[in-house]
Amino acid sequence: MRTKRLLWVWGFLAVPILFYTVIRFYPTFQAFYLSLTNWDLVRPPKLIWFANYIKLFKDPQFWKVFKNTFLYLIVGTPISLVLAFTIAYFLDRVRFMHNFIRALYFLPFLTTAAAMAWVWRWFYQPPPIGIINDVLGMIGIPQQPFIRSTDQALYSIMVTAIWAGLGFQIIIFMAGLRAIPNTFYEAARIDGLGEWAILRKITLPLLKPTTVFLVVFSSIGFLRIFDQVYNMTTNDPGGPLGSTKPLVLMIYQTAFNSYAMGYAAAQTVVLFTILLIVSLLQLWILRDKK
Amino acid sequence: MRKATLFAGLIAGFSTFAFNAAQAVEIEYWQYVFDTRVKAMDQLIAEFQKANPDITVKQVTFPYADYQTRVIAANMSGNAPDVMQLFYGWLDKFAAGGILQPLPKDAFPAEKIEKDFFPIVSAMKRDGEYYGLPTAVRSLALFYNKKLFTEAGLDPNNPPKTLDEFVDAAQKIAKHDNAGNITVAGSTLDMGGQDHQWWREVLIRQFGGEPYTDNDSKVAYNNEAGLKALEFYTSLQMEKKIGQAGFMDEGQAAFRAGKAGMTIDGTFRLGSFRTIKDFEWGVTELPANAEGVRSNYASYFANGISAKSSGEKLEAAKKFLTYITSPEAMDIWLKTVGELPALRSAALTDENLKDPIYGPFLKGLEYAQTTLFKDEQAQRQNAIDMVNRVLLEGQSVKESLEQAAEAEQEIIDAAQP
Repeated sequence: MRTKRLLWVWGFLAVPILFYTVIRFYPTFQAFYLSLTNWDLVRPPKLIWFANYIKLFKDPQFWKVFKNTFLYLIVGTPISLVLAFTIAYFLDRVRFMHNFIRALYFLPFLTTAAAMAWVWRWFYQPPPIGIINDVLGMIGIPQQPFIRSTDQALYSIMVTAIWAGLGFQIIIFMAGLRAIPNTFYEAARIDGLGEWAILRKITLPLLKPTTVFLVVFSSIGFLRIFDQVYNMTTNDPGGPLGSTKPLVLMIYQTAFNSYAMGYAAAQTVVLFTILLIVSLLQLWILRDKK
Repeated sequence: MRKATLFAGLIAGFSTFAFNAAQAVEIEYWQYVFDTRVKAMDQLIAEFQKANPDITVKQVTFPYADYQTRVIAANMSGNAPDVMQLFYGWLDKFAAGGILQPLPKDAFPAEKIEKDFFPIVSAMKRDGEYYGLPTAVRSLALFYNKKLFTEAGLDPNNPPKTLDEFVDAAQKIAKHDNAGNITVAGSTLDMGGQDHQWWREVLIRQFGGEPYTDNDSKVAYNNEAGLKALEFYTSLQMEKKIGQAGFMDEGQAAFRAGKAGMTIDGTFRLGSFRTIKDFEWGVTELPANAEGVRSNYASYFANGISAKSSGEKLEAAKKFLTYITSPEAMDIWLKTVGELPALRSAALTDENLKDPIYGPFLKGLEYAQTTLFKDEQAQRQNAIDMVNRVLLEGQSVKESLEQAAEAEQEIIDAAQP
């Protein structure tokens, strides 16, 4: 009986395991191997060991892209989480048109990234067509170049990415807030705790599993940012002057514009390592102290 | 007796085999998805099959972004198409990968190609062998908005002929608001569009230099000519204020919207501009310099024969390639896609030369250059960055040029097969 059930269990598990082995794990290991070769798609790969990595670490463009990627992460993640939490915290108390407002926040998450990026791209244009600059002009603030500037472009794109992901984070935060038993709050209020103290001593600590999930999820999202950047800068991908280019876009260009597959694989391995370290670090920092 | 039966059987076997073969040679033709190109090719295939009932041609298309990868992957797995379209700039890669075979000399003798086609087909030649032939070619010209010309007091039937006239007309058309923002551009400035080609193959030559030497493998613009060309280009925005990079997002968008007096673009833009209803536009040759020197950039997609094609498929492929590079096919292509015939005889007809739209593009073909890009995207990006460093970061023209020349040489060296 037991063996039979075990057989069933493994029978069902075999399908996803096989799938993952063929579709995920095998290509992953293949990428590690390719990163040590000079494969250019047309000729058989030749082993060149760490030459790709040495080239990568000497490439000033890589360090610029590296910095950009971490800017998206370090600025984007906290801002988006604080914003999402604040909105969720207050939205949780709103009864008036609650579902409607929640749906509004969630809408951008459902919209295609490419379509949103193009709309924002036009928002950011200089006058006469850019709506943001039109508004700025009306209230007497000088025109801003936004995505045409090496200083503002990255943040301009980051705003759209934060906005796009906000809906999802709000929903998850609200689910987390709802999961905290009301009895804790009642007890706290009886004991005379203020709202601020309740937030700090009860809500935030009990929300930790949700927060950990969102921090990791959102960090990986920002580290892999691509759609927004690519679609908002199609004429000069990752520009101007590479100031918005994230690592994923660099990998894409190396692989599918220059066809330097080995070099692109090396960049992929670096991205993989970064993702791994960041995720492990966050899990470790936000772990339960027992 | 038994021998005789066997023999008869053999003969019968052979003849049915031969019969079947004559009945059904199917060859595959690959190109990327672009509505009018696919339609034109459907029409060409239909015509070809009518004349050659024993051959069927199957057209297979892929999105442009995937196209190269698909061809290369198909070649590795032995499923390459018999005839395929390729951008002239991919030839080094495709030849190195053993994807193409040299065009068979019996059907496509080199002397005949060189006599009949525009000289830019030489970009498909390696070690004396041609690897492909285009149906159609594209060149650049100056589009201008007749309405804005009239409004600025310029003659809409007398577009600028020289760079000085170009600047002069653009300055008259350009309008700025009180804060100095441009509201109507005299001319679009869009390095991400065709301006990088204009700078590379036209302006540098007009200022007395050449962009590359040694079959375009050595950067040669880091000198007086390159400097003057870049100074001229960046001064259009910085001093003469005839336009603004990024104005209306893209140059072609600004022109379409009637917010730019002039724009430099290619034949491939005709389809899009033909739908403009708000104003009349005209086309003229790219402006000459003061000494009358003109240049142009031409490019094309060629059709090559797969290295794997042999026997009767190769014969069919030869016939098909001959047909799609015939004057008849070029005429269909011109009418459907709007790209210029690659054969001189088909292109330089009186009718075409007198055509107010095709005429200037065709004249451009006579003196056009074709850059042998080694890594087109990276080289284009390098030119965009060179201009942006001056426009956005205030780097000096000289330093930016130096940096660009050095970086481009690295790109070229890294891409050498």
